[in-house]
Amino acid sequence: MRARSAAIAARNRLLPEGRMTGPMPWVIAIMMFLTILASAAGLGLAHGVMRMQAQLSGKLTVQLIEPDAGRRNALTTQLVRALRSDSRVASARPVPEAELTAQLRPWLGEDMAALDLPTPALIDVALRPGASAAGLRPLVSRIAPQARLDADAGFLAPIAQLMQSLMWFAALLVLLMMVATGAVVVMAARGAHDANRNTIEILHLLGSTDTQIARLFQRRMALDALFGGGVGFCAALLALWAIGARLAATGSELAQLASLPLWAWTILPLVPLLGVLLATATARLTVRRTLERSL
Amino acid sequence: MSAIIQFENVGMRYGPGPETLSDISFSLSSGGFYFLTGASGAGKTSLLKMLYLAQRPSRGVLRLFGEDVVMMPRSRLPGFRRRIGVVFQDFRLVPHLSAYDNIALPLRVAGIDEKHIKSPVLEMLEWVGLGARADARPETLSGGEQQRIAIARAVIGRPDILVADEPTGNVDPEMAHRLISLFEALNRLSTTIVIATHDLPLISMIPKARMMRLDKGRLIDPTGLLRYPPVAAPNEGQSA
Repeated sequence: MRARSAAIAARNRLLPEGRMTGPMPWVIAIMMFLTILASAAGLGLAHGVMRMQAQLSGKLTVQLIEPDAGRRNALTTQLVRALRSDSRVASARPVPEAELTAQLRPWLGEDMAALDLPTPALIDVALRPGASAAGLRPLVSRIAPQARLDADAGFLAPIAQLMQSLMWFAALLVLLMMVATGAVVVMAARGAHDANRNTIEILHLLGSTDTQIARLFQRRMALDALFGGGVGFCAALLALWAIGARLAATGSELAQLASLPLWAWTILPLVPLLGVLLATATARLTVRRTLERSL
Repeated sequence: MSAIIQFENVGMRYGPGPETLSDISFSLSSGGFYFLTGASGAGKTSLLKMLYLAQRPSRGVLRLFGEDVVMMPRSRLPGFRRRIGVVFQDFRLVPHLSAYDNIALPLRVAGIDEKHIKSPVLEMLEWVGLGARADARPETLSGGEQQRIAIARAVIGRPDILVADEPTGNVDPEMAHRLISLFEALNRLSTTIVIATHDLPLISMIPKARMMRLDKGRLIDPTGLLRYPPVAAPNEGQSA
């Protein structure tokens, strides 16, 4: 065990120490910070789109506009009964007037009752899986031709599309950041190779294989990437916590839809680990390709 | 004795320039002791570079240990290099490593277990008179001390061939004598020694050694004993 650790220490001495003194770990830290933020944005948006689709798919609202309150109530009861008896409908619930009033209060103020405005009757309908809203239209029209039937997903479709576009944009950003990280590592590995050319040449002439030499560089690069990834990850966690706190403070349901679920928190630590793997593999490949140009 | 190094019509040039070495043909026997002489710029270092596989010939055939290394794939060269110890003219010590670590380098490259490294390295340090400087970095050592470290590094792996470029150029006569004795001892253990030098008294210290002379990139071999294909010569057998 002691001999093995001595061998590792001896191997580590072959390239001059100087880790964390150069810019490389800090550049990687910045890249990782941005990549993790972009990943978090992408994951949050993906989660939001999924939640939105799950919440809204198969849901629709029947809106009945009838100035005569008595007739409105009678038609509503009739519609609810007909909908509940339909095999395609999982549930049909008339929205209580108090709930409607509460929803309208922000626009119409506290004196809504004094205005004596006719409010439409609303029925929340949940369809069974596979059923379509269009299929219910004849049933609703037969009872109340003036009733409107709106799929809930339709209201928020533009927002869902925007969120989806942003999600793909975040994924593209992550990809670009990874490519940029790879490019930075290639330059760093070439720089390190040039700076240690003399040592490499000696090792080569003493019989070192390309693999032995590349291993020295990939280890160095892996340590730099591990350090940079760790710093970037911690900074990104702080930033995400701050953003999360601000989102929660808005009280907006839509903003909170894009909050990070638990599964996303398990994915985020993989980003710096992936960065370390990428940096290690890139360093190895770069050094090997450079060595292959020598005898 | 069998031929361990064979040059057959070898020419070598750096880049597109004229040939530095031309029509070099010779054969060195396994276990032989050879000096390579010649004026500065005659091509001694270039010839040695081909011997320790830092350069490949531009033309001709170079066989080491019976195998043609000119067409050999790169991946096989490290195995050959480990069998060749080299003392570079400019020492080429790794500047950030201690004297101990520099000497241990060939053993570590060869994957020798660390517990089998310490003893021979310390022994070698004692032998070259630098036992007390094991932790010293090359920059703190004199030219002569660096040269001794370079020699210790070249011989520690008990190579089959030892190639040395002016190995006694920076040491006093007493140390030169000790180093030559070390080379002789290695030679007795069947290591083939090839030394490039200007030092004629050094050559006279090894009576059995053969001498090759380079002049303007061509091998001057008046005896014909080193020529390849070999020319029959009294008491020489296959080596000539």
